[in-house]
Amino acid sequence: MANIFEIRNLCGWFGDHQVLKNIRMEIAKFSVTSVMGPSGCGKSTFIRCLNRMHDLTPGFRMSGEILLDDVNIASDRVDPVNLRRRVGMVFQQPNPFPRMSVFENVAVGLKLNGKKMSRGELADAVERSLNMAALWNEVRDHLDRPGISLSGGQQQRLCIARALAVEPEVLLMDEPCSALDPVSTAKIEELIEDLSEKYTIVVVTHNMQQAARISDNVAFFLLGELIEMDKSGKIFTNPSDKRTEEYITGRFG
Amino acid sequence: MVRNTGRNPKDKLFEGASAFFAFAVLALTALLFVVLLRESMQAIRDFGASFLYSRTWDPVVDQYGALPFIYGTLVSSFLAILMAVPLSLGAAIFINDFAPPWLKNPVAFLAELLAAIPSVIFGLWGIFVLVPLLRDGFMKPVSKYLGWIPLFEGPAYGPSVLAASVLLAIMIVPFILSVSREVLATVPQRQKEAVLSLGGTRWEMIRIVVGQHCIPGIFGATVLGLGRALGETMAVTMVIGNRPEIFYSFFQQGYSMAAVIANEFAEAGGLQLSSLILIGLLLFLVTFVVNLASQWMLSRMVKNASRGI
Repeated sequence: MANIFEIRNLCGWFGDHQVLKNIRMEIAKFSVTSVMGPSGCGKSTFIRCLNRMHDLTPGFRMSGEILLDDVNIASDRVDPVNLRRRVGMVFQQPNPFPRMSVFENVAVGLKLNGKKMSRGELADAVERSLNMAALWNEVRDHLDRPGISLSGGQQQRLCIARALAVEPEVLLMDEPCSALDPVSTAKIEELIEDLSEKYTIVVVTHNMQQAARISDNVAFFLLGELIEMDKSGKIFTNPSDKRTEEYITGRFG
Repeated sequence: MVRNTGRNPKDKLFEGASAFFAFAVLALTALLFVVLLRESMQAIRDFGASFLYSRTWDPVVDQYGALPFIYGTLVSSFLAILMAVPLSLGAAIFINDFAPPWLKNPVAFLAELLAAIPSVIFGLWGIFVLVPLLRDGFMKPVSKYLGWIPLFEGPAYGPSVLAASVLLAIMIVPFILSVSREVLATVPQRQKEAVLSLGGTRWEMIRIVVGQHCIPGIFGATVLGLGRALGETMAVTMVIGNRPEIFYSFFQQGYSMAAVIANEFAEAGGLQLSSLILIGLLLFLVTFVVNLASQWMLSRMVKNASRGI
């Protein structure tokens, strides 16, 4: 299958401290890729490069190429605003907007950049997104309640719906379940599987079981380097690198 | 709080002394109120509520009404707020979210340094720089072409409600700016990132997070600025024109509550003195309430921020 992302020699620095070292990676369209590794290995830093989320971080710089459909999005000439519409993101902590209702939280992205939609179109888009995020049935009768009145797991799915509403091609998820209980986690994992039919998904996780359950491919990071990337089955049963093996057998991390 | 039971006598003494000082502050405030009330009794008895709405201020016939001063104080303060809030908020947003690091601290420092300039200096600057500038650069052209609008009516002398408002606005910017900056800094990073991740521009990011998180805080900052503006005496006295009449035009002279006290207190006696003190009492009550309100709003904001809202 075609690759949506091709990453070449990506390096990243916070000030003088190099946090990403010559990352080369290909991400296939409509695949689920897990990025795992011990804390501080650069996995979050890595996916935040994919939608240029670091642009606002003072002192961060990167070099190398990140090709999204053959366009180098790491270049300053690419407008990060357009990029982020194509590459959505879900964060570690559910972050719905506190003073917006469930409905407004999902609709907010559709109203950005001066876009206008009729009430009907907006309602359709909100319902569609909430459906995709498997939340519609739970919130359909109280769309006007504050988004933060939902449970933690529901809030995270609300954030997924919010990200899906702007119809991205790629969904980046930065440890989306680490603040959730096991039941909510299971729901999100199920959701990731369903979404992979239409979206390319990149998930950061330090939960190996989760990576094994949800992903087609797994990338293992250590100290800013991509040690190994392979089919999920291969990585967990027969990794090529000794360090990967040590990590998955729990010898460090 | 942990109470230390087997206490050292020195600790006891220290605790007693600091408690005494704390209560002394409260007692002084209360005493201030009592004295203002007692000294203004004569005016309260003679004029009653009509003091609030009478426009006459005439020492010759011993008739006193505070309306022109109340009007001047309120109008100049609100105009000042109208100018200072957008200015401070814009500056706060720039300093927090846009300014490169090397510019951030100098701008913030200088802006907040404005608060340290004595108000009489502002007044002098107002007389010699601001008033001529406003008169020739703004009031004259505007009254020439837009003089038919009641707000801009009349001859442009210079000293005016407008000049006082502009000067007040400059004086309260540092207060509103510094509180606004603190308020903006309470916005969680993940909320800003949420807007950006949806393809929002930086402007949209600010608009949404300010709307979501900062409105009560900015309102609190505004009210704090209002409290400052209401009580400001020296600078206003120097540029407002000191004419105890009510004009609807901002280009006309006016008078403020604090200014009339400053100007007439030294030579007043009897009923006039009592009336001035009554104005002082009114000013005390208004600024007290306004400051209380701003503290309340800001503390609510901080509470919300600590709950992650």
